[in-house]
Amino acid sequence: MKLALKIAWRFLTSSKGQTILIILGIAIGVSVQVFIGSLIAGLQQSLIDTAVGRSSQITIRPVNRDDRIPDYEAIITKVKATEPEINSISPVVDSSAFILANDSTYPTLLRGLQFDTADGIYRINEGILEGKLPTGDQVMLGKEFMDEAKLKVGDTISLVTASGTKRDVTVSGIFDLGVANLNKNWALSEMGLVQSIFDLGDQVTSIESQVSDVFTADVVGANIQKVVPSSLKVENWKDLNASLLSGLNGQSISSLMIQVFVLVSVVLGIASVLAISVAQKSRQLGILKAMGIRDRIASLIFLLQGFILGIFGAILGVGFGLGLAVAFTKFALNPDGTPVIDLFIDPQFIAISALVALAAATLAALIPARSSSRLEPIEVIRNG
Amino acid sequence: MANVISLRNVNKIYGTEIKTQVLYDVNLDVEENSFSSIIGQSGSGKSTLLNIIGTLDKPTSGEVFINGIRTTEMKKDALAKVRNETIGFVFQFHYLLPEFTAYENIIMPYRIKGDAITPEVNERALELIHLMGLDKVKDNRATKMSGGQQQRTSIARALINNPKIILADEPTGNLDSDTTEKVYDLMRDINDKFKTTFLVITHDPRIAQKTDRIIEIKDGRISLDLVNQIA
Repeated sequence: MKLALKIAWRFLTSSKGQTILIILGIAIGVSVQVFIGSLIAGLQQSLIDTAVGRSSQITIRPVNRDDRIPDYEAIITKVKATEPEINSISPVVDSSAFILANDSTYPTLLRGLQFDTADGIYRINEGILEGKLPTGDQVMLGKEFMDEAKLKVGDTISLVTASGTKRDVTVSGIFDLGVANLNKNWALSEMGLVQSIFDLGDQVTSIESQVSDVFTADVVGANIQKVVPSSLKVENWKDLNASLLSGLNGQSISSLMIQVFVLVSVVLGIASVLAISVAQKSRQLGILKAMGIRDRIASLIFLLQGFILGIFGAILGVGFGLGLAVAFTKFALNPDGTPVIDLFIDPQFIAISALVALAAATLAALIPARSSSRLEPIEVIRNG
Repeated sequence: MANVISLRNVNKIYGTEIKTQVLYDVNLDVEENSFSSIIGQSGSGKSTLLNIIGTLDKPTSGEVFINGIRTTEMKKDALAKVRNETIGFVFQFHYLLPEFTAYENIIMPYRIKGDAITPEVNERALELIHLMGLDKVKDNRATKMSGGQQQRTSIARALINNPKIILADEPTGNLDSDTTEKVYDLMRDINDKFKTTFLVITHDPRIAQKTDRIIEIKDGRISLDLVNQIA
C-alpha cells in the first residue's frame, strides 16, 4: 500500500502538466456543481421566502365561513403542546371594510392582530417605515395605500362596515411587508378594535402559524387537525400553492440533471487521462512486474492516482465554487445593492459534492487499474 | 554442485494461426555459483529461453525448475514472488524507472518484497552503489545518468534482494568497449563475492570467452555447450 502510494505520487508529480490539467478538469466540474447547487438552493429559498415567508403557513379556521373561534387561547395552547415544529402562532380577526379618506372610498381587509405574536409571522416591526404600531383606535396602513390615498401619519380616516357602522381612527404608522398587494389592501390594528367594530366579543376568525421547516407544513397541519375540534379546518400553504411546489420540484430536477451530466463528464475525463497514463507507463509497469510487483499492487497504483487526483480536484473545486458564489453575490446586484439571488451555502451539500467527485475519480481509475493488472511484463521486455 | 536452473524438453511456439516454433526440446542445467554465457544469432531463440527461465514467459510445453521449484504451473502472484526473491534481471536497455533516483531504483525490488527498510538494507544498497561506482549519481533521476551508469544501476538493482540467479540479456549491448569491460568485471566480482549464479546472453565473443561455460543456441536448439577451460 505504501509502495503503491509512493509510486502513484511519483508518477503524478513527474508529469506535472498532465496532473495539473486533470486536477483542473475535476475542479471545474466540482465548482460548477457547488455553484449551480448553491444558486438553485438560494433561488428556491428566496422564492419560498417571498411566497410563504411572510404569511401564514398553517391556518386554522372555522369550517363554516361565518363562524368564529371562541376559545382560541385554549386551542393555541393545545396546538403548541402537540406540535413542537410550530414556531409562531397567533390569533387573527379579519373582516372586510371600507376606508373613507379624502372623500374617496377604498375597500380594505381590516386585520386585527395580536402584535407580539403576529410579529413572528409577518415581521411587522421590521416592516415599519414610519410611525409605530397601532393601539386603541389606531390603524397602520401600507406604503402603497398611503401613496394612493395621499395620507400621512397622524391623519384621521373612517372605517365603514358593510352594515354601515362607521368608526373614526387615526393612522399610527406605515408598513411595508414587501408585497405591494398586501401594502395596498391591508389595514392593521389591534384585535380589540376589530372585535368592537364588528361586535365579535372575544372571538377570532382564524389562527395563523409558521413552522420551522416550511416543507413539513402538510404533515404538521394533519397532526394539528387531529387535536382541534371538528368545527375547525386546518389549511397549509402546500395545498394552496401546488403550482409553486411543482415549479420548485422541476427546478430541483433540472439542477440534479446538470449535476449528473457534469459528474459524467468528470468521470470520462479522468478515465480517459488515466487510460492514456497506463499506456504511457506500461514500460514502467512491465519493469515493476518483472521485478515481482503483484498485479493487485500494480492496480492500486492507478486507483490511488485517481484518488489523489480526486482529493485535490475536489478541494480546489470547492474553493473555486465558493469563490464563484461569493463573486456572484458581490457583482450580480439589484439596483439597490442587494444581491440578485442570495446563494444558499449548504456545507452538507458541498461535502456530498466533493465526496461524489472523489468517489467518481477513484471509480474512473478502475478501468485503467484493470488494464494495468492485465499487462504482462513480457510484452514490455520483448518489445523494448 | 546443485542445479539452480533446470529445463526439461522446453518447447515454445508463438502464434495460434501461423505457428512459429522458437525453441525445440531444450534441456539445460545450470549449476549454482556458475557464470555462463548464451550466444547465438538474432532470432535464434536465446532471449526467449532467458525469458522462460526468468518466468516472464511460459513454455508451450516442458518443465522449468528454478532453485528446485517447478514454475510451469505456478500462479501469477507466486511467480512474481519467485522473480522478486530468487531472480535478478539485467536487460540490454537497462529499464530503470525514469521517475525515480538511482538509489530508489536500486531499493525498489526490496520495497516490492514488502519488508520495511532496515538500516542493514540501506547499508547494502549504499555498498552496492559504492561497488558500482555510483556514489556521485545515486540521487540522480535515471534519465540524468550516462548509459554505463544506468546499466550499473540496474545491476545493483538486480542484486539488492540477494538473488540466487542473475539473468542478463545483453547487459553490455549498447555500451562502449571500455565500459563493457568494467561492467563485465563487476559481474565477475559479484559472482565471486556473493556466489550469485550468472546466465548472460551476449553478442560479444570476448565476453563469452571469459565465462565458465558457453552455450550456443542455433535455430531454437542448443548447438554447442562447452565448459571453458581458459576462464
